[in-house]
Parts: sequence; structure tokens; C-alpha cells
Amino acid sequence: MSDIKRTYVWEFPVRFTHWVNVLCIIVLSITGYYISNPFIYALSSKQQIMGLVRLTHFIAAYTFMMSVIIRLYWSLFGNEYACIKEWFPFSGEKLRTIGAELKFYLLISKKPLPNTGHTSLAGITILLVYAGFIFQIISGFAMYSLTHSGVIWTALGGWLLAYIDLPMIKLYHHLAMYVIGAFIMGHIYIAWFADIRERNGVIGSIFSGYKFMSNHK
Amino acid sequence: MKSRPDDALNLDSETMEKLRKKGVSRRDFLKFCSAMAASLALPSSFIPQIAEAVANKKPYLVWLEFQDCAGDSEALLRASKPTVGQIVLDILSVEYHETIMAPSGHRAEKSLNDVVKNHKGKYLVVVEGSIPLKDDGIYCCIGGKSALAIAEEVCGNAAATIAVGTCATYGGIPAANPNPTGAVGLKEAVPGATVINLPGCPVNVENLTACIVHYLTFGSLPDTDRLGRPLFAYGKRIHDNCERRAHFDAGQFTQQWGDEGHRQGWCLYEMGCKGPETFHNCPTVKYNEGTSWPVQAGHGCMGCSEPNFWDTMSPFYKRLPNVPGVSVEKTADKVGAALAAVTAAGLVIHGIGRAISPQKNDDE
Ligand code: HEM
Repeated sequence: MSDIKRTYVWEFPVRFTHWVNVLCIIVLSITGYYISNPFIYALSSKQQIMGLVRLTHFIAAYTFMMSVIIRLYWSLFGNEYACIKEWFPFSGEKLRTIGAELKFYLLISKKPLPNTGHTSLAGITILLVYAGFIFQIISGFAMYSLTHSGVIWTALGGWLLAYIDLPMIKLYHHLAMYVIGAFIMGHIYIAWFADIRERNGVIGSIFSGYKFMSNHK
Repeated sequence: MKSRPDDALNLDSETMEKLRKKGVSRRDFLKFCSAMAASLALPSSFIPQIAEAVANKKPYLVWLEFQDCAGDSEALLRASKPTVGQIVLDILSVEYHETIMAPSGHRAEKSLNDVVKNHKGKYLVVVEGSIPLKDDGIYCCIGGKSALAIAEEVCGNAAATIAVGTCATYGGIPAANPNPTGAVGLKEAVPGATVINLPGCPVNVENLTACIVHYLTFGSLPDTDRLGRPLFAYGKRIHDNCERRAHFDAGQFTQQWGDEGHRQGWCLYEMGCKGPETFHNCPTVKYNEGTSWPVQAGHGCMGCSEPNFWDTMSPFYKRLPNVPGVSVEKTADKVGAALAAVTAAGLVIHGIGRAISPQKNDDE
């Protein structure tokens, strides 16, 4: 057996934004689905169901945007595991490890991966997911800017209207919800899988910040 | 207090006499001028100026039709009360309009040429219909000249051009996928011309009249948005002025044509109404002298005044467009559900694989 080292990987801003994102995405997906397909009907015109659902969507949207901004900020100023470089594993050395990672995830090999932070595949995934988040924010604010004229909303998303027809923006905003949903399913599964296979406490790490890395290679 | 514009107004008796002969009373005329001021969002203090301009100026106007259905001409001519349509036609000297002019053939073409030659830079043009660019524009020729050549000459030499209807503004239905004739709107075909866009299928005559009145009164076209549409008519979203909006906010939706909600006048959102995607003043101005408009009549908006509406606003009875690249008739939710199912299936297979793979020592 090798000795196990308790390593501080995920700093507070990383863990914090992770859980804010979780909460926001759940709220945004439920309210967003309601907006597109109202599954509860009002009994009287005095109710404000759609009004409240949309309000909730927009409050969650602002929260989500702040969270994404904080995480991006931390990717520039946080520790090496939070660093934006992790998201671009396109150097020769990092690309080469992808083969080993694939073997591990596809059950061909059982050798635990040596990464303390993200693996290269995870880095690419984070990059794509954040691209998805940013698309949701831009397309969301593009729709929001229809009724809120002002430079802020034009800058946050209104400019997109000049490039994509509004119905298509709505469609893509809607589809992106499913893409993000698919990511979440895979994300939870892989975390669980890795936690068991690698025995490094990756699931606990997003609560405590610590992973348990073996020095053994 | 309402101001009384007619007090301040001194129309010379000759003008009044002319109007009276056409069956337009002083009262009708002033009503028209105030309605125009209201449409243009001008304070009533502008009414005398408008009346002055409308009564006295008589610019030349030509009306060109290209790849169109004459629906905008119809909208103009079918104005139910005589006043609006008449006033427009009477204050303007309409020199050329294929559908309604008396001369035909070379004589008709001559009147067009005369205007272009004799009133260069002073006349107004209204364009209806799209302009085909493919194959040198042979798909629409009049008197041996292509639509593009005519538009370049006539609109290029005009004081201003008003593109009416969605075809003239953005290509409209002829430009719908796959756009066999390479149809485009006027501004795209003749970028050099001074153009204002009044999309809609058909154009709302109130807005056309208001545009012309603005031009007569101030000598310029009204302010526009990034799509070249006047803000007074296209500055607000249909959804935000809709009479059914309260039902949207409440959460009361028509689910089927003729159901209880439909009879109660509930929101048509789930029936594919494109009011949330469309900027136009239909809910306030309405059509046919304020009689009604689609949503009031119980049918969702089709987004006819937005660019590419035929492609992106359809299916007209569904909220979202079909997913591009996926075989037709797949809704976003079906694609989403498929994506979720594939992901879940992948994970289950992986889990099974993991369970049955040999229990090797992990610390090998
Ligand atoms: C994970 C992030 C998000 C998800 C999953 C999500 C989901 C959705 C969905 C499914 C819809 C309905 C689309 C339709 O069918 O028309 C929607 C609508 C909308 N979302 Fe989001 N959204 C997210 C983030 C945002 C953000 C950041 C904003 C920014 C303001 C935003 C603003 C809007 C707006 C304005 C609408 C249209 C509301 C309406 O039509 O009344 N969304 N969202």
C-alpha cells in the first residue's frame, strides 16, 4: 500500500460556485421548462403563476451569472487546480494522457489516474460546459433585452439578436437545457464511479475541498 | 385639457373646398390629422403643422410592384372609410401604380420615366414585393427591365423609398427557404437608396400613411430601429401590448382551438402565438380602421413582420421552430428527451459493464 496524502484541491470559491450553480440550474431548468410548457394552470386571472415563474427564472439567472463570473475570476486568480489552464489541456503532454483516461473510463484499465485536479478529459468537459453556461447567459439576456432596453442588457446579450433570429435563440436556449441536463447526469455518474475506482474521495472533495491522493504511481 | 387644434388652424378655403368636393369634411380631415399625430407619438400641438403639410404639399409618388401578391395595395384600397385611403391618394399625386393606373404598356412606362426624369430627387417611391437577384434577376421583369434595374433607377433617384410588406422589406415569402429566385428586400438590393421598412403581411395602412405624413410634415422619414423599421410602429413587442397578456402572466392558456380557454379569450401562447417574438403595433392600431387584429379574432400572431418569418416562425401553431438538421417535425422537447435517454442508457450500460468486469485488484 502506498501512503495517502490529504491534499487541499478545491478552494472555497470553487466549492461555493459549484453549489450555487447546482441550485441555479435546478431552478432555471424547472422554471424554464414551465415557461416553455406551462404545466400548471391558473384558476383565476388574478393569479400570477407565469409571472412568478418568470420572475424566479430571472432572479436565478442573475445569481447564476454572478456565480459564473466569480468562478471565471477564480480561474485566473485561484490555485493551480482552479486555473483556467486546466480547461485547455491542449498541450502535447496533456493530450497524450487522454488515451489512458479513456481506457480508465471505458473500463479497459483499472489503473487510477494520477491527476489531483481535473483530468484532461474533465478539463475539456468543463470548457464545453462553461461555454454552454455562457451561451445560456447570452441567449437568456438576448431574450430579456426585448423588454428591458438599456446598454447593460444589450451588452449582456441583446447584441446576439443581430446575428441569430429570435425564434432560433429561443430554440437553442431551450435545447441547451437538455445538453446541460445530459452533462449533469454524466457528471454525477462519473464522480461516483471515480470515487469508487480511484478511492480518492472526489465526491467528498466538493464539500470539504480535500482529496486523498496516493503517492504511489 | 385637450387642445383644440382647429382653432389654431387656418386652412385656406380653396384647400377646404377641394377636400369637401372629395367628400372629406373639415371634421374628418382634422380627425385624420390628430390620428396621424397620435400614431407618430407626437403631441397635439403638431396637429396644425401636420394639417398644413398634408393640405398643401403634393409630392409625386410612384408605387412599384415586384414579386408580390398586391396584398399591400389591397390593404390600401380596401380602407373601409373613404377618408384615409382617399386622403393619401389625393394628397399624393400617384403617377404610377401597376394595379390601379389607367394607362398600360408603353404609356404606363412613360409616366414612370417622366417622374424619374422630371422630379429627380423629389418624388417618393413605395415598393411592394421582393427583388430576385439570381440569374441576373430574370425572374421578375417589367417592360423588358429586371426588377433590380428598375429599383436601382427609380429608388436610387427618389427622395425616399418606403418598402411596404415583408417581401419588399426582407424578401418575405419569395425569399423563404430554398429561395429559388434569390429574392431579397429592397434595402439589400439597392443599398444606396434611402429606405424605410414597413414590414407586415400586409402592411398596416395606418403606418404607411403616418410615414408619409411624417415625411410631408418634417421633410424626413421617422426614426428607425436596427432593421430600418420606424420606432413609432415597431418599437414595442406585440406580447407587451396584447389584450390577452394578463392571461399569460396569470397562467391561463388556450390548449386547443375552441376549448374553454379559447372561448374565454385566454392567452394563445401554447397555440404557437408569435407575439412574444414580434415587434409591431397591431394590438393598438389594429387593422381595417381599428376593427380587429389576429389575436383579438382568436388566432395567434404569425410574426409576419419579422425577417425570415416564414422559416423561423413556423410551424405557426407551435411555440418553437423545428430543430434544424434533425428530420422535420421533431420538437425541441423530443430531441431533448432523446438526448437524456441516450445519456441514461450510456450510463446504465457503463454501470453494468463495471459490475460484470473482473474484480481485479485496483492496486495492481
Ligand atoms: C442553466 C441555465 C438556464 C436554463 C437551463 C434555462 C432554461 C430556459 C428554458 C427551457 C426556457 C424556455 C425557452 C422556450 O422554450 O421558449 C427559458 C426561457 C428564458 N430564459 Fe432561461 N435558462 C437558463 C439561463 C438563463 C439566463 C442566464 C437568463 C438570463 C436572463 C435566462 C433568461 C431567459 C428568458 C428571458 C427566457 C424567456 C422567457 C419568456 O419567454 O418569457 N435564462 N430558459
